Amino acid sequence: MNLAQSVLKGDRLALARTLTQVENDSAEGRAALAEIFPHTGKAHLIGVTGAPGTGKSSLVNQLALHFRREGKRVAILAVDPSSPFTGGAVLGDRVRMRDLAGDAGVFIRSMATRGSLGGLAQATAAMTQVFDAAGFDVTLIETVGAGQSEVDIARLAHTTLVVEAPGLGDDIQAIKAGILEIADVLVINKADRPGVENTEKALKSMLELAHPTRHVFMHHGQVMAEDEGGQKSAPLDARMWLPPIQRTVAVDGTGIAELAAHIAAHAEHLRASGDWAARERARLGSEMDALLQDALMARFRAEVPNGKFESTLAKVYERSLSPWEAVTLLLNGRQK
Amino acid sequence: MTEKKTGPEQGRRIRVLVAKPGLDGHDRGAKVVARALRDAGMEVIYTGLRQTPEMIAEAALQEDVDVVGLSILSGAHMALAPRILELLKANGQGHVKVFLGGIVPDEDSPRLKEMGITGIYGPGASTEDIIREVRESVKG
Repeated sequence: MNLAQSVLKGDRLALARTLTQVENDSAEGRAALAEIFPHTGKAHLIGVTGAPGTGKSSLVNQLALHFRREGKRVAILAVDPSSPFTGGAVLGDRVRMRDLAGDAGVFIRSMATRGSLGGLAQATAAMTQVFDAAGFDVTLIETVGAGQSEVDIARLAHTTLVVEAPGLGDDIQAIKAGILEIADVLVINKADRPGVENTEKALKSMLELAHPTRHVFMHHGQVMAEDEGGQKSAPLDARMWLPPIQRTVAVDGTGIAELAAHIAAHAEHLRASGDWAARERARLGSEMDALLQDALMARFRAEVPNGKFESTLAKVYERSLSPWEAVTLLLNGRQK
Repeated sequence: MTEKKTGPEQGRRIRVLVAKPGLDGHDRGAKVVARALRDAGMEVIYTGLRQTPEMIAEAALQEDVDVVGLSILSGAHMALAPRILELLKANGQGHVKVFLGGIVPDEDSPRLKEMGITGIYGPGASTEDIIREVRESVKG
C-alpha cells in the first residue's frame, strides 16, 4: 500500500509523512496529492487570522473542542513565520492546544511560512487537501500573526475569522484596510478586558463604511421571511452576508458556541447562495496559477543556457541593459 | 544560472520537537535551545510545560519530526525518557533521534544512551555542540 492509500485508510503516521512530503514539494508528495485529489472537496476550511497576541491559537483550541463535541473530526494547520535570515522557525501554537492532546479525532500540524509573505505558506493549500482526503470534516487554518495585507487566507478558506482584541492600538488601525474586508465573522477575543465596547463600536462603524451592510442587513431579514414554501428563491439580497461580530473569551470558552453557530450559518449561506462553489473555483484557479508560475519558472531555468542569466545580470549591473530589456533578451534567446 | 532555490524547492528542513515532560516548570533552558536551533535554520515545534510522554509522542507523530529534544530538570529522566522512546517506537517512529537536556547525573548517562538517547546535555553545554550533534544525527 502506498502513502496516499494509507492516508485514505486513516493511517496517522502516513498522514504525517504525506504532509511532510507535500510541504517539501517532493516528487513523492506530488504523486500522493494527485492520487488523493479526487477524494477532496468535502471539508469545511475555516481560516483564523488577526494580529499577534489576539488569541488565535486559544480560539482554535476552543473551536476544535466544540466541533469535537459535535462529533466532527478536526484538523488544525497552524502557520508561524520562518526567519528571513536563517530560514529557521519556532512554531509555538501547540502550546495553547494542549486540551486537544490524546484525541484521535484531532490532528494538529505546525508549519513555517518558508518565505511566503501572505500569512500562509506556499504548501498550506495542498496540505489542507491531504486533511480533506483523510476524512477530516473541518480544517482550522491559523495564519501567522497578521497585520494589514496578509489576506491569502481568504482565498483558501471557506469561512474566514478575523480576530481582534480590546486595546490594540488606537481604533484598530491595524485592521483598517485589507484584513477587515476579508472577514466573514469578526471575533473580539479577550472580551473580558476593558475597552471591549470601544473595539466593538469601532468595528461596527468600520463595517458600515466598508460594506453596504446596513441596508442589506435590514432587507436581508425581510427577504428571508418572505422565502415561501421552502423554495430557495435566492434573491439578490440573499447573496449578501453581513459579517457578524462575536465577543469571546477563549481561555474560558465564553462565546464559543455562538461563534460556532455563526460559522455554521456562514457555511449554510455559502451553499444557499452558490458562493461555496464559486469560492472553490476561485481557489483552485489561484492554486493552478501559482503552480503554473512555478512550473514555467522551472522550465525557463532548465532551458536557459548556463551562465546566460549571470552574464545578462552583469549587463544590468553595468546599466547597459534595463531589467526589462534583460528579461526580454533571456526569454527570446532561450534554447528550445 | 543561479543556484538559489525559492519556495518549497528549498526542500527538507530539520524539524525538531522541543518538549518538557514531567512536572518541573523551568523552561528557560528549553527555550534557549529552541531559539538556538531556530537560528541554525531548523524548524522547532515548542510544546510548552508539563507534557505527558503520550502527549510528546503524539506531537512527534503529528509533526513528523526528525528529532525530539527533552528538557527534564526534575530528576525523573530515568522514568520519562524510556517511556517516550517506547511510545515513539510503538508509533512507528523508531528513527526519531531523542536528545535530553537538564540535570542528569553522570552515572545515568550510559544507561540512557543504551536505551537509545542520542545525546545528553547538562548545565553549561554549548548550543554549538547541540546544533552540530543534532545535524549529524539526522544525516545518517
